[in-house]
Amino acid sequence: MRFPRAALLPSLIASLLTIAACSKSTPTATEVAAGDKDISGAGSTFFYPIASKWADTYKKETGIGLNYQSIGSGGGIKQIKAKTVTFGASDKPLSLDELNEAGLIQFPAIIGGVIPVVNLEGVTPGQLVLDGKTLAAIFVGDIKKWDDAAIKALNPDVKLPSADIAIVHRSDGSGTTFLFTDYLSKVDENWKGKVGANSAVEWPTGIGAKGNEGVAGVVKQTAASIGYVEYAYAKQNAMSHVRLTNKAGKVVEPGIASFQAAAANADWAAAPGMNVVLTNAEGETSWPITGAVFVFFHKQPVKPENLTSAIKFFDWAYGKGAAEAIALDYVPMPDAVTALVRQLWKDSLKDAAGQPLYR
Amino acid sequence: MNQVASVATSAPANSITASALRRHTLWDAVLKHGTRSAAITVLLLLGGVIATLVQGSWLSLSTFGPEFLTTEKWNPVSEEFGALAPIYGTLLTSLIAMLIGIPISIGIAIFLTELCPPRLKRSISTAIELLAGIPSIIYGIWGLFVLAPFLQAHVQPVLIEVFAGVPVLGTMFAGPPYGIGIFTAGIILSIMVLPYITSVTRDVFETVPPTLKESAYALGCTTWEVVRKIVLPFTSTGVIGGIMLGLGRALGETMAVTFVIGNAHKIAGSILAPGTTISASIANEFTEAETALYTSSLISLGLLLFLITFTVLAIARLLLLRLQRQAGK
Repeated sequence: MRFPRAALLPSLIASLLTIAACSKSTPTATEVAAGDKDISGAGSTFFYPIASKWADTYKKETGIGLNYQSIGSGGGIKQIKAKTVTFGASDKPLSLDELNEAGLIQFPAIIGGVIPVVNLEGVTPGQLVLDGKTLAAIFVGDIKKWDDAAIKALNPDVKLPSADIAIVHRSDGSGTTFLFTDYLSKVDENWKGKVGANSAVEWPTGIGAKGNEGVAGVVKQTAASIGYVEYAYAKQNAMSHVRLTNKAGKVVEPGIASFQAAAANADWAAAPGMNVVLTNAEGETSWPITGAVFVFFHKQPVKPENLTSAIKFFDWAYGKGAAEAIALDYVPMPDAVTALVRQLWKDSLKDAAGQPLYR
Repeated sequence: MNQVASVATSAPANSITASALRRHTLWDAVLKHGTRSAAITVLLLLGGVIATLVQGSWLSLSTFGPEFLTTEKWNPVSEEFGALAPIYGTLLTSLIAMLIGIPISIGIAIFLTELCPPRLKRSISTAIELLAGIPSIIYGIWGLFVLAPFLQAHVQPVLIEVFAGVPVLGTMFAGPPYGIGIFTAGIILSIMVLPYITSVTRDVFETVPPTLKESAYALGCTTWEVVRKIVLPFTSTGVIGGIMLGLGRALGETMAVTFVIGNAHKIAGSILAPGTTISASIANEFTEAETALYTSSLISLGLLLFLITFTVLAIARLLLLRLQRQAGK
């Protein structure tokens, strides 16, 4: 009996504590000690695929590397505030007050869209049409069956089953969830009061799945389900997407044209700190759940030479990077907006001597 | 039980000189201080972890007070947080894992030590060790894409139908069959704790002196009686240790559970419904927790998990002490 008592317990204690400790590890981003001019960034997971694609091409063209850590938008904001990275990226813009307090500027880098997807027998991709209020009523749990009168009214020609709606949402905090819930909050007072908009919310009903791939997987496996994923996911997985009625009352198809329309119709110049969330945008062709990834710079960086490289990188991304963005199902910023951003760089980014870093 | 401690000191007798003695003393001192500082490092690390957790969770604990433990609400928008649902999920998934995992593990261990032909023994043992080596993310992905759809299509509808209308069980297995949820997480966990409990129990079963078992067989005991009356009482401490090791893993397991639990901060009557555990909530929400209170509430969950694992250990310790006292009588 000596063996278990003497040898087992201490190792047992150690393992238990290790297990407990491991589950609390927090993501951190550390600045890479690579070349001086290398750029480090952290934040939005949505930005990651295009950021790494851009980094790859940019490295080949200029020899300057970019290390982007997709630790989440919240993490990106924390890291840029702590000055451990040259730029932070978030799916959710900061208000002008928050920017000034931290000495930051923000600008949109790329656009993406969120698409409701369904798994309904006999319904082809794009056949189903929903409007914001109906979508909110489904996700809040007021509309429980697919053959509800509200859905039928929008889809007189679609044969809808009398099945219970299975709702699938993101389980992890995410910019996708922020755009989706922000849209529902803008179009539906009931949603705004009961749930609200955030990267994670208290869902009234449904099940959570981790990541876009998780939501896509569960929707595909579950009959009569509805979820929401990023556009690229819906497209690449050939999922049955939903068309939405936008603010102008027109039914629109999700796609690069309708996302870009939403971005072009927004009044970026008038928004303080470029704080624009593109959901429920004006314009007849605008997709209603569109959003931009916002990038943050320090106005007075610790290392101006790093920021100069970062500015050059985003300047390049706006120009030559656009084609690569489209190839990955992202939407490049319209020219009118990039002109505004370049002006912002000129006006507000200065080195220690007060000279503009971007000319 | 009659192990004799054998001390291996066999230096040549003629080589003991003053310098050699000094050398030995020095080496002993290095060993003593070296190992002691290694041990102290562990204590410092542990203390550091506790201090960090308490400091990080201070904001949330001082805001919500004891209600943090009794509130089911978890609303990042209005910033109202309560830990009841994750605590419930953590305990329930671990309970399911233990209910499934313990009988299977002990069954495997008994088969391996008492009944298994030697050739098969090696391959089964290797398979179990390999099971322990699979990273938890693989369990998570397998759970989401293979196990959950299987349960959803073939197991859960049957459970719902069979138990419908039965008083308590009817609520426990109420629909709809989502595939992912507390039940699926419990099953994944039971598979994950199997190798831990099995390898520990197998090892302690092997410490039973053959003379004891052979005597029992000679008296005409069946295999069942030998296991029941000789092996299990002889090794009960070790078996409980193995179970606790598995329970510790189940309580803290993060990645696999995160994939299949559904992350709903709700306590549902049905175990088929989505829920959440402490570690899954942290993993799911930490990256996007922007406000100080939100982050602090997640760290408080971490502190709670720490306390829960600590309590489990303490209970295990007490159980062992009690068993030893009984054995002494």
